Amino acid sequence: MKDIIIPWDDRDLGTPPRTGAPVTLTVDGFDVTVPEGTSVMRAAALAGIEVPKLCATDSLEAFGSCRLCVVEIEGRRGTPASCTTPVAPGMIVRTQSDRIRHLRRGVMELYISDHPLDCLTCAANGDCELQDMAGAVGLRDVRYDAAPQVANHFAPRDSSGEANPRWLPKDESNPYFTFDPAKCIVCSRCVRACEEVQGTFALTIAGRGFDSVVAAGEAGDNFLTSDCVSCGACVQACPTATLQENSVIELGVPQRSVITTCAYCGVGCNFKAELNGDQLVRMVPWKHGKANHGHSCVKGRFAYGYAQHQDRILSPMIRDSIDEPWREVGWDEALTFAARRLRGLQETHGRGSIGVITSSRCTNEEAYLVQKLARAVFGNNNTDTCARVCHSPTGYGLGQAFGTSAGTQDFDSVDHADVVMVIGANPTDAHPVFASRMKKRLREGAKLIVIDPRRIDLVKSPHVAAAQHLPLRPGTNVAVVTAMAHVIVTEGLANEAFIRERCDWDEFQHYAEFAADPRHSPEATAALTGVDPEALRAAARLYATGGNAAIYYGLGVTEHSQGSTTVMGIANLAMLTGNIGREGVGVNPLRGQNNVQGSCDMGSFPHELPGYRHVGLPEVRAVFEAAWGVQIDPEPGLRIPNMFDAALAGNFKGLYCQGEDILQSDPDTTHVAAALAAMDCVIVHDLFLNETANYAHVFLPGSTFLEKDGTFTNAERRINRVRKVMAPRNGFEDWEVTQMLANEMGAGWSYTHPAQIMDEIAATTPTFAGVDYDLIDRLGSVQWPCNEANPAGTPTMHVDGFVRGKGRFIVTEYIPTEERTGPRFPLLLTTGRILSQYNVGAQTRRTANTVWHDADLLEIHPHDAETRGINEGDWVKLASRAGATSLRATLTDRVSPGVVYTTFHHPDTQANVITTELSDWATNCPEYKVTAVQVSQSNGPTEWQQDYAARGERSRRIVTAAE
Amino acid sequence: MSDENLIRMANQIAAFFRTQPGGDASAKVAEHLRNFWAPGMRRQLQEIALKDGSGLDAIAVEAASGGLGLPRVTV
Repeated sequence: MKDIIIPWDDRDLGTPPRTGAPVTLTVDGFDVTVPEGTSVMRAAALAGIEVPKLCATDSLEAFGSCRLCVVEIEGRRGTPASCTTPVAPGMIVRTQSDRIRHLRRGVMELYISDHPLDCLTCAANGDCELQDMAGAVGLRDVRYDAAPQVANHFAPRDSSGEANPRWLPKDESNPYFTFDPAKCIVCSRCVRACEEVQGTFALTIAGRGFDSVVAAGEAGDNFLTSDCVSCGACVQACPTATLQENSVIELGVPQRSVITTCAYCGVGCNFKAELNGDQLVRMVPWKHGKANHGHSCVKGRFAYGYAQHQDRILSPMIRDSIDEPWREVGWDEALTFAARRLRGLQETHGRGSIGVITSSRCTNEEAYLVQKLARAVFGNNNTDTCARVCHSPTGYGLGQAFGTSAGTQDFDSVDHADVVMVIGANPTDAHPVFASRMKKRLREGAKLIVIDPRRIDLVKSPHVAAAQHLPLRPGTNVAVVTAMAHVIVTEGLANEAFIRERCDWDEFQHYAEFAADPRHSPEATAALTGVDPEALRAAARLYATGGNAAIYYGLGVTEHSQGSTTVMGIANLAMLTGNIGREGVGVNPLRGQNNVQGSCDMGSFPHELPGYRHVGLPEVRAVFEAAWGVQIDPEPGLRIPNMFDAALAGNFKGLYCQGEDILQSDPDTTHVAAALAAMDCVIVHDLFLNETANYAHVFLPGSTFLEKDGTFTNAERRINRVRKVMAPRNGFEDWEVTQMLANEMGAGWSYTHPAQIMDEIAATTPTFAGVDYDLIDRLGSVQWPCNEANPAGTPTMHVDGFVRGKGRFIVTEYIPTEERTGPRFPLLLTTGRILSQYNVGAQTRRTANTVWHDADLLEIHPHDAETRGINEGDWVKLASRAGATSLRATLTDRVSPGVVYTTFHHPDTQANVITTELSDWATNCPEYKVTAVQVSQSNGPTEWQQDYAARGERSRRIVTAAE
Repeated sequence: MSDENLIRMANQIAAFFRTQPGGDASAKVAEHLRNFWAPGMRRQLQEIALKDGSGLDAIAVEAASGGLGLPRVTV
């Protein structure tokens, strides 16, 4: 195994970069030219001269508290701090002199006088800035010896045995890091990181003068009970061992690192995986990562322990029927068994009787191979991906309006937004690193509009408050979006010049006439949507006239029977106001999983080949037929819900499902379970015996993102490298497993590295034409389209014109979902995610993240709870026409009366027993966000839950090989 | 695949295209079905369209009567 050595400059330049006119100054006799506003410290660092520092770091604004970075500037009095002093033309700076050396030693001496000198046994030994600076300033002696009688913060007791009132014990409440106040130098970097980088404001400096200490939350709080979200920014910023990863305390300071990409949400943060040998010690957000710029969240930063979890299955397993226990076998036997069964099913039930599900968690290369398996080896187009159940309406809606199925911006664009409109998304929980960027912009003064049935955290959080929150009734998105368009059109706020130049004028006229109809006014639709008409008008005016306005949306938009229509409505709003085609604006779907964008790009959908080109087009098929040497079926294949329906009808019999737990994640669990039970060969390729595996005949062990090479494409179309950090514990990378299965079925594939798969993608897919691993290594990452016209990729789309030519306005009539409340089911259930858990929880439930969320709870308004006699923490039964489950209730006014909310991270509560078979009209994306339910008192798990648990236990029995 | 499900899905598609300007809703429905529905589903929908009282939207019935890119099913 080799390390990836890329000459990235990871030095800490002390203060953040600035953009401005060039300014030239002299530092220690060397000329250096930097942008106006740059600090003297950063200018010196750019000239290769590091000024000693403790309280400065280039992820945070300068603070000027440690006084270690003092310099001399000709013509100025005294010794200014280089971190807080901006450069000036012709400035002459000296970073070293006898006077400065003397001052720095004095400062250092004072710091060390209140610091325990246990360096050899300290967890930060070798990775401590205090230690480094003591060396840099030549500290040789400490005159202010911390004798027992001298006040200090690090000795629990003085020599007479009296307790030291200034000493505070370690705070080990957070499962991932330890706060040891004894080692703190009160540089405030952690406090500033929590404010500036993360935006949570959980930390503060309590006390004054010598009594100053870092404190989490309010008096009596610890890190866990405070507002801390465990993003790790403070740990990252700490120059000493005061805030230290527990893994480093346990395993030692890591000695090598590999740059890779997080496998959780669609933000796609770059991390440095830091190791000793092949022991992963910690994941540190990489400062040059273009999606995260050195920030992280609790999942990517800390929740990687699942990769080593004892539940991981490392040997292939098979069984003849799902009532039998699993039998561990070798790879050859498992693959032969799988291949024979699949071919046998095709012989008996037809070529179209089997299919695949590609994973939005696996790499592009892996998704590409799995869809290729269906199209080139199975000989059908029965391929779908879990994007079906999240963002397929984005694909359809944006494809229709703009001509391409992707977000229009990069994340950096939010720095230029004046108005941010968040619809049906909860970024602080589901896309936390981007949410921090967004909150930073909001603190700088950008205005916020939130359209969501729930009062999400973003509506009101420290130093952020929504200008408008429209708490709409679930299922009425289209009515709200169209009412906004009504206000824009009828109040003359539309950007006619933009529309005339960039959009189809005839279609605009139809649309304007439609939107202007009084039945779409906020007042007319209020009874339906529950939204205050004045608030809606104010929101529409703000969006249309507030400057650069950007829309960010999530699954609260797509997972509806009119999901695609809402996406079109959002595209209409952007075109109406000219908010597309430049920085700071745009339409931005926040993708749920790490590679949702990529799995869609890679041709996972049954109707289109890689690059969103319909399988019915002969010229497109010809490209792949030539590359693959096979005939491709010109007809679209089955989508995931169609596969289930066909299975129940008896004509879909076999499924290869990679890295996706359809039983837990798809709606109407009872229906999905029946469909899986009706199949004769279900192959689950995963890390764990997931819920779907209860119904599987073949289990192929998967590899984690730490164990393979490849690429993920994030929500901003950014193709990031995933690099092999350690050897796969199961023996093979996932693309190798797919290749072995394909070859067992006669494919004759011979890839030896994922780079070759990417080369094939580039050769067949115009938007990827310029992509290869060398380019990504060179640039760090690249946003598609990447081709001859855009060799370095495309941060902003539709700049001079829409991909389809003229932007298309589409009439968006509100059509209510069939899912209605009534006397039996009077409440509306909507579902979502929480920060600490990820999707079905297969990964995060196997980490210490469970301390934040160990069970799904039902959020219910106190009014609805009272009328049902439900108290905080009670077991309640949640029932819909599809099924019933039980879970504990929590009373909150985050949800409106009439609406209840839960997360879906735990299989034992299984929110999807409740959700129904209804789906988006265009794409069959399930309507997870609206289910009519009743909530009643309960004593504990329902009969279904008990049966399900028993079945799970039975299905997971394993007979080990060679006993 | 259950008729009921296919009818519901087809009716949803018909309901969308009914609201679109320019007429020709059944042709647009047919195009959508040809693009996104597997042939087996389209065939079954054609059979449903031939039955009276199926509950299938008239626009979808008309769309299906065009064959949906498949050999036409007759009674």
